[in-house]
Amino acid sequence: MKHDSSLRLHIPESRFRPGDVPDFNYLNLPKAGVAKRPKTDAKASETRDLAYGLVRVIDDAGAAVGPWDPKLDPETLRKGLRYMLLTRVFDDRMFKAQRQGKTPFYMKCTGEEAVSVAQALVLNRDDMCFASYRQQGLLIARDWPVFDLMCQIYSNTLDRLKGRQLPVLYSVREAGFFSLSGNLGTQYPQAVGWAMASAYKRDTKIAAAWIGEGASAEGDFHQALTFAAVYRAPVILNLSNNQWAISSSQGVAGGEETTFASRAVGFGFPGIRVDGNDFLAVYAVSRWAAERARNNHGPTLIEHFTYRAAPHSTSDDPSRYRPGDEYQRWPLGDPIIRLKGHLMRLGEWDEARHTALMAELEAEVDTANKKAQKLGVHGGGPYHDPSTMFEDVYKEMPWHLREQQAELALFREKKP
Amino acid sequence: MVEALNSAMDVMLARDPDVLIFGEDVGFFGGVFRVTDGLQQRYGEQRVFDAPIAESGQIAVAIGMGAYGLRPVVECQFADYIYPAFDQLVSEAARLRYRSAGEFNAPITVRAPYGGGIFGGQTHSQSPEGLFTHVCGLKTVIPSNPYDAKGLLISAIEDDDPVLFFEPKRLYAGPFDGHYEKPVETWAKHAAGEVPVGYYAIPLGKAAVARQGEALTILAYGTMVHVALAATAETGVDAEILDLRSLMPIDIEAITGSVEKTGRCLIVHEATRTSGYGAELSALVQERCFYHLEAPILRVTGWDTPYPREFEWEYFPGPLRVAEAIRKIMAG
Repeated sequence: MKHDSSLRLHIPESRFRPGDVPDFNYLNLPKAGVAKRPKTDAKASETRDLAYGLVRVIDDAGAAVGPWDPKLDPETLRKGLRYMLLTRVFDDRMFKAQRQGKTPFYMKCTGEEAVSVAQALVLNRDDMCFASYRQQGLLIARDWPVFDLMCQIYSNTLDRLKGRQLPVLYSVREAGFFSLSGNLGTQYPQAVGWAMASAYKRDTKIAAAWIGEGASAEGDFHQALTFAAVYRAPVILNLSNNQWAISSSQGVAGGEETTFASRAVGFGFPGIRVDGNDFLAVYAVSRWAAERARNNHGPTLIEHFTYRAAPHSTSDDPSRYRPGDEYQRWPLGDPIIRLKGHLMRLGEWDEARHTALMAELEAEVDTANKKAQKLGVHGGGPYHDPSTMFEDVYKEMPWHLREQQAELALFREKKP
Repeated sequence: MVEALNSAMDVMLARDPDVLIFGEDVGFFGGVFRVTDGLQQRYGEQRVFDAPIAESGQIAVAIGMGAYGLRPVVECQFADYIYPAFDQLVSEAARLRYRSAGEFNAPITVRAPYGGGIFGGQTHSQSPEGLFTHVCGLKTVIPSNPYDAKGLLISAIEDDDPVLFFEPKRLYAGPFDGHYEKPVETWAKHAAGEVPVGYYAIPLGKAAVARQGEALTILAYGTMVHVALAATAETGVDAEILDLRSLMPIDIEAITGSVEKTGRCLIVHEATRTSGYGAELSALVQERCFYHLEAPILRVTGWDTPYPREFEWEYFPGPLRVAEAIRKIMAG
């Protein structure tokens, strides 16, 4: 028989596409409580198992188990639940607003709320967050008013970004939230620089950055890891592996034969893979990484293993590229339902309180939304004065921009 | 010029604890062109240090530091190596103030040796300034002598916007007018070779008159200022030579004032011609001085080819080509 020795090109492909019945047994998920918890000054080599394993705390019965149990008081747990719920209610309302034509664009983080909310509760408010576009939970958990976010989404007269940015590309310095870029991944090495500056100034603040598994293929990701390792920067590098980059599976980003957390080990610092839908696990791993950074032991890469329940954005229809019920079959469940279950098991929560909280948050979001829409929405205005588009290109406006500003004013006067 | 640039950073490191310097080989070694020589020894490893060979990472880190409140100065070893950082410069540094409506800014300075005349071939000779002057939000500065180099670099470091500071590497050791066959000169005898020890700043956006004249205006910057001076002397034409110094923002009043006076304009740069910075200069002059012009505006530039290592002097826009253009404009 002739042996076929010709080369073959491997193209990663998602296991399940529309029409398939997803079966996630292949993931071989470790049980809650089995992952070891090393000291926060651990060497990269001591985190090898964590980089390939999965830190889980809440077990199938809703109990918190194992060495990573952060042993949070019920008050903090309820706070986490509240912020995650508020994030979801806010997302649903803004998605609807897009469908109503009030904003051209929106991005939900449904199913990924724990990734941002749990870490926000670990960080101090003046630690700088360099988020990607699916971490609105950070702002919500820092009590930044959803009303202000809505004004940005509607580009209305109170939009602090003056109608310059795509909806959801927030900037809130006051809440330790760095300006979002639409170019994915660029914020990752910037966070390292911010953290280096904090260390240079002998400050106590740390930085945290978020990236998706898709954008982790960018050079920015690898350079961030290099600089973070070389200068032992006090930074938490979060990677949200939500399985999907629009329609491309995480295999296309390089996750088919390895984990994303394991990248860190090669760079010389700890990488930890955590169940991103487990609020307690995300909290515990974030606290570990923050403690490590604050004690000058350097960076940590956290891979949040989660699932993007929402479409990528309002501009795509996931039923075209993945099975419609894939999220229902995701073996790690929903972060809100799981934390709720844990609280109920503790006897610190019940359905009546949950229903009341939902009603309260929906009313809060509705009130803010009505107020924001009154100030103007996409397609109808009112907006900021267009002449402001020439501001902030430079600190001081150079002559050529002054000229162009005058030219626009002239044109607007002549317009019928 | 190397000492002048070194002195600018020395002055700023001493004045402002938020200034720090990093880049490839800039620490212990003092840089491949020696521009940061002795600074790490004087200010310590925390303030002057080596960086991984990753220009994009260097600029990104500088942006993060700038957002924190520092004033980082990054040395990009050759301007030719800046392209990996293009996204961080164009989409990030240049846009940060705008997209955050002034909440964050990137007060960073990127120093990069540019230009030819050293037989560096296509990856050590380029003049990429036109790629950056096209980007709103960035400032681009190119000195032509030691005195300006120091004052402009100090202004760049103090500036709250991102500044690309391109250093004509052929001028590091002395003036160069394109006559490669002549013995190498140092800055010792040059009027602008004398550099005061302490602090002084030259504002960005202001051109200098390198030679006063009545017959023709030559717009130049960097090494080409010296080439233009030589060509002027050789033709005997009474040209006015503007050393632009700052390409963005540009000193439009100096340009229009001179062209309105002379009625003729020649633009010279080392960079390739098509869509180069000279095209912008030509358009500005044409839009504003058309009725003063007595001859078409001409450009003398590098050819639209990569910089060919073996044909350095056929490529470099030397005094012969500039002189020829001067004569052509004067005949027009």
